[in-house]
Amino acid sequence: MSLKVNQAGMLSLLQDTGRYGKHDIGLTTGGPMDATAFKWANRLLANKLSATAIEVTVGGLELAATVDTFIVVTGAKVPLTINAVEKTLWQVHAVRVGDIIKLGFATEGMRAYLSVAGGFKVAPQFNSTATVIRESIGGLNGGPLKIGDILPCDAANSIKPLKLAEYYQPKYNQEAVLRVVLGYQQDSFSEHQQWRFFNGEYTVSASCDRMGFRLQGAEINCDLNGILSEGICFGAIQIPADGQPIVLLNDRQTIGGYPKIGSVLSIDCAKLAQLATSGKVRFKAIDIYQAQNLIHLAQSQFLRAPMEQC
Amino acid sequence: MSVTFPYLQVAGENSTIIYFGDFANAEISAQVQHCADLITGELGTALIDLVPSYASLLVIYNAFEIDHLAVNKSLKKILSNAVEAKNDDGKVVALPVYYSPESGPDLQSLAANAGLTVAEVIAIHQSQEYRVYAIGFAPGFAYLGEVDERIAAARLATPRQKVPRGAVAIADRQTAVYPAVSPGGWNLIGLCPQRMFDPEASPTMPVGVGDRVRFEAISRDEFLALGGEL
Repeated sequence: MSLKVNQAGMLSLLQDTGRYGKHDIGLTTGGPMDATAFKWANRLLANKLSATAIEVTVGGLELAATVDTFIVVTGAKVPLTINAVEKTLWQVHAVRVGDIIKLGFATEGMRAYLSVAGGFKVAPQFNSTATVIRESIGGLNGGPLKIGDILPCDAANSIKPLKLAEYYQPKYNQEAVLRVVLGYQQDSFSEHQQWRFFNGEYTVSASCDRMGFRLQGAEINCDLNGILSEGICFGAIQIPADGQPIVLLNDRQTIGGYPKIGSVLSIDCAKLAQLATSGKVRFKAIDIYQAQNLIHLAQSQFLRAPMEQC
Repeated sequence: MSVTFPYLQVAGENSTIIYFGDFANAEISAQVQHCADLITGELGTALIDLVPSYASLLVIYNAFEIDHLAVNKSLKKILSNAVEAKNDDGKVVALPVYYSPESGPDLQSLAANAGLTVAEVIAIHQSQEYRVYAIGFAPGFAYLGEVDERIAAARLATPRQKVPRGAVAIADRQTAVYPAVSPGGWNLIGLCPQRMFDPEASPTMPVGVGDRVRFEAISRDEFLALGGEL
């Protein structure tokens, strides 16, 4: 019982919420770049929020069902069809043995999430199924999905047909304001440099992947050239000597030696991950207390957002 | 700015970094390791991950279980009661290296900037044992120190998009072997044919924090015979 990969698309990866507690041997976390859309894909199916789903970057995925089950697609706006019949995103759909599920290419946003009732049944590596290509760990063989892959899942015949009202769905445009918790070497960036950073507009460059997003804009100088290599948390903003910020994301290195001005809020990293090349970004400084309030608020909004019967 | 070590700094929405010093040595490294053990016990399930490094320790916690103030209070308590750290010497591991401009594209520029010959750089790099200060950046990436001042070299202004597996590299007074293809900004001086990380092997890594590493030059033929790829 499975979904079989007929077309793998640009970059499709099995992901759970990520690999934690393994930074001591240098393993990164992986996990969904847009954790908000990922969690919705699981919540609509009444899955565990950490159940294994597929992150589809840009699109082009085609699956054939060998099982009766239910799916949900959330995230980037991709045309979704089951047996060539158009289907709505952010909504539970039944699939039957022999059905063909197709995701076209995204018109808004960059990453869509396809979850299946009960999640994909993949053996975890180092306690997680998250695929990290750079480490060749997780997923089926440590790599992206390819034609012919069999994605095991259980049969399901009774799932409440739920959808998320459009009002609650995130909108993906080509701009994002990223809130930054000041920290790390912030004191080694002069007031003037911080002013430039928080008042400038940055452009998403072509060098963006699951490790990090390189941005282009006002050059930022740090009083330090390099630092003793130290631990890097999710969303940390590294400023190398060329002065162009890099926001470090799910597949980031766990340790590095470039100065950092602070870290982007996780819920805003999810927005950044949906921006395409030439998307525009602005930064807004917040402190740790605001940051922790904001993530609690977002969590509460997520849990309280009502799901409707289809 | 003058500071008193150790001190705490915010890293991100659910993480605090502890700085133990602004240079690396065996004593500070042992302190970091000792505190990591204490924090693991103190925070319990609220702890998500720890990243020990040369002179710092990144503490990542579950912000839905414990908040910034409570974490810092716990960390301060641990730091004020610490730090009688033990300084065990680990095992010594020898790693073969094929040093050459062919396998180390930054070898010649590093030598020129240092006012040394390529042969001198190679000799100096092999002349001592290095301590494993931290593992990170990538699976199995062991940070080794301290490199002789004469061959210390600043990172590249723009990191390379692709550094090969096995690349032996220097950044400031640190040296390392890249365990897998990855981006990186260190100066490349040679290639090591030995796998530094293998998830199927046991142990997954030939070295751990606290071990010491010695580099031994090998020829091109020896490198290829050991399974190295150019």
